[in-house]
Parts: sequence; structure tokens; C-alpha cells
Amino acid sequence: MSTARFRQSRPMQSVGRGSGEQRATEMSDANEKMRAEGLRLYFGKFAAIKGVTLPIVAEKVTAIIGPSGCGKSTFIRSLNRMHELVPGANIEGRVLLDGADIYAPGMDPVRLRRRVGMVFQKPNPFPTMSIRENVLAGLRLNRIPFGDAHDVAERVLKKVALWDEVKDVLDRSGASLSGGQQQRLCIARAIALEPEVLLMDEPCSALDPIATAKVEELIHELADRYTIAIVTHSMQQAARVSDYTAFFYLGELVEYSDTNSLFTKPNDSRTEDYITGRFG
Amino acid sequence: MAYLQRKAVDYLARGLCVTATVVAIIPLVSVLYYVARAGVGGLSWDFFTNLPAPVGETGGGMKNAIVGTLILVGLACSFGIPLGVLAGIYLSEFGDSKFGRAVRFAADVMSGVPSIAVGIFAYTLIVLSMRRFSALAGGFALGVLMLPTITRTTEELLRLVPATLREAALALGVPKWKVILRIVLVTAAPGIATGVMLAVARVAGETAPLLFTALGTRLWSTALDQPIGALSVQIYTYAVSGYDDWHRQASAAALVLVALVLVLNIGARITFRARGESR
Repeated sequence: MSTARFRQSRPMQSVGRGSGEQRATEMSDANEKMRAEGLRLYFGKFAAIKGVTLPIVAEKVTAIIGPSGCGKSTFIRSLNRMHELVPGANIEGRVLLDGADIYAPGMDPVRLRRRVGMVFQKPNPFPTMSIRENVLAGLRLNRIPFGDAHDVAERVLKKVALWDEVKDVLDRSGASLSGGQQQRLCIARAIALEPEVLLMDEPCSALDPIATAKVEELIHELADRYTIAIVTHSMQQAARVSDYTAFFYLGELVEYSDTNSLFTKPNDSRTEDYITGRFG
Repeated sequence: MAYLQRKAVDYLARGLCVTATVVAIIPLVSVLYYVARAGVGGLSWDFFTNLPAPVGETGGGMKNAIVGTLILVGLACSFGIPLGVLAGIYLSEFGDSKFGRAVRFAADVMSGVPSIAVGIFAYTLIVLSMRRFSALAGGFALGVLMLPTITRTTEELLRLVPATLREAALALGVPKWKVILRIVLVTAAPGIATGVMLAVARVAGETAPLLFTALGTRLWSTALDQPIGALSVQIYTYAVSGYDDWHRQASAAALVLVALVLVLNIGARITFRARGESR
């Protein structure tokens, strides 16, 4: 991959933890699954994101933190073009997925979303479908051939550590589960399509602490195989689950670095104020 | 003191509500009671299997009118339901435009148009151009009457489907048209079915728009381009006649009509509840 494409200054240092195994000669750019470049996003005349350049490192968890209204949710939605559902949304700059601009004219947002999946704030299983059907929903609706329905459901539900809890009630409605189980079901539904990137928009904000812990553990495990970007308003959560953290404030990226450094020695005074609880 | 006062106000307000409810239900229940009491005497096997007896003779049935009503309602549904549901989908999913607002307004106005005016519309459009009264014209009039109700209920119910479900499906890389058909419409289906049934129930009893479209006949006819019998028209004709036997039959027909609507309603509810209530 040409490094010229990424010659714009990369924000802060981004030394991955456990980078010892990485091929030392290769630029860490090669590990960028996605990258926003000079991204500006407007809703009508309102600028929600004001020029953000941010990498999403492959097979790592990138957390995006910041106070309400800082544009973190908008940003993550722009990574699979979900923000386009809002009328009047406008974008400038580029978002690269494996080096290709997802806003290029030839890029179909529908196909893009099969590669870049999303989990939302509120668990949203399809109420008319059973648990099994919820898991298979993406495959069925997109007419993607899969083998035996039961086998696929079992495999995916095991991945999200939900199998033991629901294996006897697969025909029950997805809405009959508890909030935390519903959220893990939604994660199962998203990863059943084997996306390359998984975006999570405050996936635990509607869950109790125990359910939150389970989902966080799951994020940790999924990071082995998936590239994950997670928006959270909980700094503790960012510290617990992520490898890299980006701090957004008023639509700007204030600071990005590996999670450890960001929380222990932030470079920007605004980051420090935020993580020490002086505002937000 | 304050406690007793609060209690007293509570009882008073609640009492008023209960009274109002009872008063509102009285006409409904008494209509049903009266129709059942008056109609049950005229019911017999012959009523369902025989054609009307020649004028002057007693006996005979309303087979033609029962089948006629079913045909008319079927015709109305065959274009009223798909057209109404599709228009509702348009309004809910794409209707935030000038055109959408105009359609919504037109639908609201249309639901207030007297049914006899719709009958005149069907008469002008179909009866005059075909040069005869026909089942087709009657079905058309009833279908037009159904349209605004179905359109607006479909729209309202689709809007009730949470945006988070649409988002969930879109995020799975499902195209918008499929999201609407397979997720949004399916989620709203039980409610839409209820709305459709209300519209069907309403038109099944319509008389005025049929008088000069389907016309009504005492003969057996199922041809769509010929005049056809209808329970409501038959009730009207029999009720204003001078024969006791016809009065009895009109009452029986009224009971059959009410029962028909009830059965349709309950049937639709059960069918769609089975799917919607797995929640």
C-alpha cells in the first residue's frame, strides 16, 4: 500500500500495544483498516464534524470518547454512511476502507454496510422474528447462502456467548430476552454477516453493570478477529476495552493515541480536563 | 380533610367517566340486541340457500344478496387494499414533500365525503360509460370509499414502527425497499390488518353508493358486468315495503350482515395476532 496516500500527518503517536509481533519494517499504516481524512460533516448549515483525520487500526478496538454533542456518534455513523438517513446531511473529505474511498461515486452504501456492520445504543432485535431468525436476518434478507440454519445460529450465538442462555428458546421472540441478552443478540446479528469492521454506538448505555461487563468481555474477544470502533461516554469503558482512544470535542478530534497514553499522560489540556472530570 | 376531599374528587371524576362510558355503550348494545331479536326469527336454512320468492309469495331467501355482498366487498378489496396500503407506504416513507402533504390532505378530505357522492362518482365514471349497472361499478364505489381509511391507517401504523428497527436492518446492508417490505410492513401488519378490517366493515354495510351502481337484483347473478344483489340494498328494499314477511326477512338480513362483519373482523384479528404476538 502506498504510503503517499497517508502522508498527511498522523495524529500523535500510535504505537500499538504488543507491537513486538508486528513486522517491524512495515509502516503501521498498513494496519489501518479504515481512515477518515479531513472529514467534515454538515447537517444543513450546522457543522457536526470539523475536519477529522483518524485511523481505525485493523483488529484492534478504537474507542471514541467525548461529551454529548461532540460529534462522536455522527462520526462513527459516517464510517458506514448511516448518517445519510438524516435529510440534509453533507460530507466533505474522505473515508477510506482498505484504501478505497467509501464516498466514491461507485461505492454502494448498501454493500458497504455489509462490510462495516453496526450495533446501536438501544438493543433493537426485530420483534416479529424469533431469536434464531434474528441471528440469520442479515443473511436471509441479503440472500446470502448459508448452510443449516440451526448450525449457523449456534455458531454465531456461541461467538457472542449467548448460546447457553438461549439454546432452548430459539423460537421465542428476540424481544423476550433481557436488555443485555438483546444487545448480544444484536451483536450476533451483525457478525453473522462476517463484517470486516464492527461499529458500536454506545452499545452499553442502556444496560445494567452486569450486562455491560458481559458485552465488554465480548468486545474484547471479538477484537481478535474484527476491527472495532466503539463510541462510549464512559471513560472507564474506553479504558477497559480499547487499544486506541480518540477524544472528540465540539466536532473536532482533540487527541488520538493508544489508550494507555491518552489516559495517563494526555497531551492536550482539554483531554486532561475531560478525563479528570472537570467537564462533560 | 384534604384527604377526604381528594378522595371525593377522585370518586366524582371516576364516576363521571364510568357513566359516560355506559351511556356511550347503550346505543351500541341496544342496536345489536334489537337486530338480533328481530332478525333471529327470520333466519332459517332457506334464508341462506334460496333466492327471493316472487312478489306476493312468502318464503324464499337471500342467497343472491349474501353472495352479492361478498362479491362486491371482494371487488372493493381487490383494488382498495393494495392501492391504499401502497399509498400509505408512500406517505410514511417518502411523503415529506409537497406532493406527500397534498395527498395526505386529499385523503383526509376524501374520508369525509358522503358515500352517496362517491356513488355518483362511480355512476358517472363506470355506469354511464358501460351503459348499464354492474357489480363492477358497485365494487369500485366501495373500493374508493375504503381508500382514504386504509391509506391513512397504513401511514400512521408504519410511522409507529421505531426508527431503530429501520436502522438495524439498513445497517445489515439491506436495501431500503426490502427494509420497508420485510421489516417495517411486517412489524406493522397486525395494526394495518385491523385498520383494513374496519374499512371493510364500514363499506360492507354501505347502501347509498350501491343504489345506482350495483343496483341490486332479486335474481341470481354473479356476473361482474351485470347488476348484482347486496344485503344492504335488499334490506333497504324490503324494509320500506308493505309486506310483513319482507320486514321479517329484512331484519334477518341485517343480522346476517352484522354477523358477517363480525366474523371478518375476528378472523382477521386472530390471523394476524398469531404472528404479531410472538413478542
